[in-house]
Amino acid sequence: MAQVLPDERELRRVIGDGESIPDGEVEGLDESDLIALYRSMVVLRTYDERSVVYHSQGRIGTYAIFWNHEAMQAGSVYALERDDWIFPSYRESAIGLLRDMPISTVLSWWRGHPSGWWNPVDYNVASICVPIGTHVPHAVGLAWGQKLRGERTVSIAYFGDGATSEGAFHEGANFAGVMKAPAILFCNNNQWAISTPVSAQTAAKTLADKASGYGMPGVRVDGGDVLAVYDATRQAVERGRAGEGPTFIEAFSYRAAPHATADDPAAYIDMERVAEERQNECLGRYERYLRRLGVLTDERAAETRNEALERMREGIAAAEAEPAADPELLFKHALVNPPASFDEELAELRRIRGG
Amino acid sequence: MAERTLVEAINDCFHVELGRDENVMVMGEDVGRAGGVFRATAGLRDRFGPDRCVDTPLAEAGILGTAMGLCMAGWRPVCEMQYDAFSYPCLDQLITHVGRYRWRTGGSMEFPVTIRMPYGGGVRAPELHDDSPEAYYVHTPGVKVAIPSTPADAKGLLASAIREPDPVVIFEPKLHYRTMRGEVPDGEYTVPFGKARLAREGTDITFVAYGSMVPLCEQAADALAGETSAEVLDIRTLKPLDEDALLASAAKTGRVVIVQEAPRTAGFGAELAAILAEKAILDLRGPVLRVTGYDVPYPYWQIEDAYMPSVERVVDAARKLLQFQ
Repeated sequence: MAQVLPDERELRRVIGDGESIPDGEVEGLDESDLIALYRSMVVLRTYDERSVVYHSQGRIGTYAIFWNHEAMQAGSVYALERDDWIFPSYRESAIGLLRDMPISTVLSWWRGHPSGWWNPVDYNVASICVPIGTHVPHAVGLAWGQKLRGERTVSIAYFGDGATSEGAFHEGANFAGVMKAPAILFCNNNQWAISTPVSAQTAAKTLADKASGYGMPGVRVDGGDVLAVYDATRQAVERGRAGEGPTFIEAFSYRAAPHATADDPAAYIDMERVAEERQNECLGRYERYLRRLGVLTDERAAETRNEALERMREGIAAAEAEPAADPELLFKHALVNPPASFDEELAELRRIRGG
Repeated sequence: MAERTLVEAINDCFHVELGRDENVMVMGEDVGRAGGVFRATAGLRDRFGPDRCVDTPLAEAGILGTAMGLCMAGWRPVCEMQYDAFSYPCLDQLITHVGRYRWRTGGSMEFPVTIRMPYGGGVRAPELHDDSPEAYYVHTPGVKVAIPSTPADAKGLLASAIREPDPVVIFEPKLHYRTMRGEVPDGEYTVPFGKARLAREGTDITFVAYGSMVPLCEQAADALAGETSAEVLDIRTLKPLDEDALLASAAKTGRVVIVQEAPRTAGFGAELAAILAEKAILDLRGPVLRVTGYDVPYPYWQIEDAYMPSVERVVDAARKLLQFQ
């Protein structure tokens, strides 16, 4: 019987605070890895900050902000191989950028334009899951299905603390345990599901405790520490590839921004606490760590940031240059073998619209 | 050709299709060791192994949700929902993902999942073993729905569903699993979607039905013999629907009675009636009538015969309609 009770409720950390808490290090990561992780985080941060601006300018629709979640996304993806599958929720909408998905694709998704569709097989990144937690069984099914084929692929599903209340999470986690699927259930516990605090979501001491009920290890990690996230995910990947089954990772952080552009957290959250958390946000922590190591210079930081900004400018320009979506797309992709009525309905629609 | 019961025809289909395509797998509650509570999957685990006939945890949304992931890994999963009314937890996956995922990928992925379940009443079973939930499924864009009424169609429509690149839901009339026998072609056999079956030819009135209501309509036609010539149209696939066959029969007889076991309001019969109103109104001699279950929970079995459409109710509707000349 595998050891499944959480052996630690303490959060795993690597990055210190530059004062009393010393920096650790992660075996196997050299300077180029550290910089690659940094670039990933900057790409995501830039995407997120610019998207909020684009929304305020009316250039994209409602947008789910992931500010201060970059360490969880970049750290975990860096532990994967290219063939491993990613199942994002809307909070990880831009995670495909870490697999070289065009920025314009993700922006188009938030613009509600069909050019925001992508072929998951091109990136091994599944479509963004909007309903909460219902993609967990997909990730588990994929991992199980690949295992049946003798592949070494693992999958990772991202979801928030609120998703751990959903039936789909529990059914997916249970299947993962029973089938020994090489799946990683990655919970970004930012402590808020819109306005509902995690204390109103569960009576469990930690979300990682839930893993034991499904016969899998539950690991707690500081979600603001990109290196700790990487390390925890790497171990989960190794477990999965070794045939030991799934792992639940609870990455503990704080949602230091609104849930989405339509949300006003002042109504339910302590804004002083938010301000405090923003002082300790994940990218700044990592930058300070890299500077302590002597790996990051002002010049390199500025260059990385400017490069990401330039890509965003190109991305939004490309997204805005997309031609208007043709009504044909209403009918075109729903079915491989569509009924004849689709053609009739489209013809009628064109006649009425005069297109 | 061999004579088989309806459930034997389904089992035969599985043996053929799993043998034909190594990507086909069966999953569900009790489908493996037990061979299914109705034995629809008997012998598959022994023949194809526990990875291709999988006893799953008792979780319908988990079954369908993981099946979507299995599709992404190249499998063609066939999910058994043990009973009609136990399928409701899977509607979450069906509505939010199964019917939408291909569209979401801009048509670049296929999700060839089949969902099948025994449905319908008349079997003296406890509560929630008797529902006719097809309307919930038909109403979901992106999925196809078939309901066989004979052993041969049970095999042929299931085989087509398994080979179909789009998601398909099949409802099997459990009332006739063992009571109905018929000739079933051996080996590979498919019945195309979107082609209705003229179960009986007639000239004066059409009974339109699917699944377990088809043999009931045939009995009603027998009861009316000498009085009128009734045609029975077996819809076979609700989506895609063979509108041509429906309209042709309506044009021929000018009188249509739709028979559905499910509750009346917004049932599939209402859809059929609406199509007739839109496209056949000038061919009709009288109103389109429906004989259906009632808008009540499916009852305890001591009074289920009063709930179920009966030969008498179909005959009564036919006689009302025949007054229109």
